Amino acid sequence: MSVGAVAAFNLLVRRELCLSFRRPDQLLQPLLFFLIVTTLFPLGLSPELSLLRDMAPGVLWVAALLSSLLSLDGLFKSDADDGTLEQLALCGQGLTLIVVAKTFAHWLVSGAALVLVSPLVGTALGIPVGAFPTMMLSLGLGTLTLSWLGAIGAGLTVGLKRGNVLLSLIVLPLAMPLLIFGASATDRAISGTNAAGALYFLAALCVFTCTLAPFAATTALRITLE
Amino acid sequence: MLKGVSLKLAPRQLLHICGPNGSGKTTLLRVACGLLRPEQGDVSWNGHSISGVRLEYQAALAYASHEPALKGDLTALENLRFAVGMKRRVSTQELRGSLEQTGAAACADLPARVLSAGQRRRVAMARVLAMSASLWLLDEPFTNLDAAGTELMSALLRSHVEQGGAALVVAHHDLPTLLDSRRMDLAA
Amino acid sequence: MWTWFYKLASPPYVYGVAAALVPWALGGAALALGYGLIAGLAIAPPDYQQGEAFRMIYVHVPSAILSLTVYTVMATASAVALIWRIKVGHAVAAAAAPIGASFTILALVTGSLWGRPMWGTYWAWDPRLTSELILLFLYAGVMSLRSAFEDPSRGDRAAALLATVGVVNVPIVHFSVVWWNSLHQGATIVKLGAPSMPGSMLWPLLSMWLGFMLFFAAVLCIRLQGEVLNRERQATWVREAVKP
Repeated sequence: MSVGAVAAFNLLVRRELCLSFRRPDQLLQPLLFFLIVTTLFPLGLSPELSLLRDMAPGVLWVAALLSSLLSLDGLFKSDADDGTLEQLALCGQGLTLIVVAKTFAHWLVSGAALVLVSPLVGTALGIPVGAFPTMMLSLGLGTLTLSWLGAIGAGLTVGLKRGNVLLSLIVLPLAMPLLIFGASATDRAISGTNAAGALYFLAALCVFTCTLAPFAATTALRITLE
Repeated sequence: MLKGVSLKLAPRQLLHICGPNGSGKTTLLRVACGLLRPEQGDVSWNGHSISGVRLEYQAALAYASHEPALKGDLTALENLRFAVGMKRRVSTQELRGSLEQTGAAACADLPARVLSAGQRRRVAMARVLAMSASLWLLDEPFTNLDAAGTELMSALLRSHVEQGGAALVVAHHDLPTLLDSRRMDLAA
Repeated sequence: MWTWFYKLASPPYVYGVAAALVPWALGGAALALGYGLIAGLAIAPPDYQQGEAFRMIYVHVPSAILSLTVYTVMATASAVALIWRIKVGHAVAAAAAPIGASFTILALVTGSLWGRPMWGTYWAWDPRLTSELILLFLYAGVMSLRSAFEDPSRGDRAAALLATVGVVNVPIVHFSVVWWNSLHQGATIVKLGAPSMPGSMLWPLLSMWLGFMLFFAAVLCIRLQGEVLNRERQATWVREAVKP
């Protein structure tokens, strides 16, 4: 009669997706932010595509980081505010499963969405189509890692008023290696050289973070829930 | 905040925790759930400390906090399905049955944010019912209920206890007299 | 064997040990720093490549090493406090954090001043300076997180978790910054390199390093006394200890 871990995981991911799609405006806002921030750079620098192409990896990644951070604040907040987080914590599946399911669902609607929109942004910044696969792969790995770093930060700041600025302050320094490897991979793909090295480092970071971060995020949530 | 509190609860028993505001009734309930860790002392269930058998303990209890804890964007039925479904396999029929038992059948397909406070309390109670737990930990379960609702709630509590369950109820007022309960006053 | 470890968990014991260590650490620091400064600034010969400017090494390198050491101390104390629930660990971490941040700022400032004669600018994105900057952000995060909570014990535990997560990241950050810098190797070598060192240059450097460590120990003990008193202010032994 009791529910296995996989079934519970699927149910919780379905719940999160259901909640996200009931508020489509909140789903689209980070994506719009991504597009708007990317537009700021040509306006501030130059409309020359050749110039933009040089800056493109950095601009793309900074914009992706910032827009991912925007939505991370809500990862645990709404459940903590209306008391449903406690109900989840008591459902007999363990807090770690809850954290993994919520973070994964969050990545699906924010990070994965960013990856799908990135060709648009890439074109706007003059990135050649040949570089798109590397760009999207690096963004996928990077946003997944960032979702996990953000889960730790969100767990630590969930009870604080105006914790979203503190969340960014905590998560961004931890995300700097991500930025370095991800932007470098995209840069190499643009210039035609082999991006495998950077991608391997990015993947290693991703695996490392996905393995350890769930425990850190669960501990963080326990600290703030107690 | 709470010092020197000790209690024991056996099946077929209902313990009413009362006391003035700020005496620690909710804290005591949350420690009993395992949500709060006591600085000193321990909570044990069936002879084992709950820190060792956390998941089994959680599977056997149902907690209703002071707020109804419903997601406003989900319907009452969906709220129940996602909450109870994490604990045990339930069919939609069973969930609708629980909602009927607490008089909230009409709310089943309405989003929780349009329900009144009393209706939300009934849906939260339906969630407790649907979990089929042996131990109920309820924080102010009679808030926002009208006379009919209060009668319904007492009847549900009574039948739960009579069928072998146990309940820890926090209420700042007296419980309806048809409930045979022990009492623990935290003001003492 | 573990009795000394559990003794360290007792706040009054730690308070006593810290109070006793302060004069020794300060004295030792004064000696080591004194020798290091005199030997390094006045006696050691100027470097054939960098001239007198290399003398900045006597402050910059020890500060940088200390900034990392203090972070490790803070993270270790935090981990001990979280895993074994020894509250004194939180006091040590809270005492160490501002000291480490100060060493980091000192490393950045001295690095910048050293860079001026070297590169002509006050700042360059050299790997060590960039790593130090990111380390400063990590310190700032831990300190801000601790002070953001109204409940101090919750703030302590949250900051402790962040410090532990951060310490895992420090090697990753350092490696990735070195990698990033090597990608864009310009014509000039931007690194604030230590020149290869004969004894007359090396001994003062080691002495400065020792002096900085002892200075850190002294300041940590002073701050630790304050932190312990603040956290244990309800206890009876505190009233005895602060009686004039």
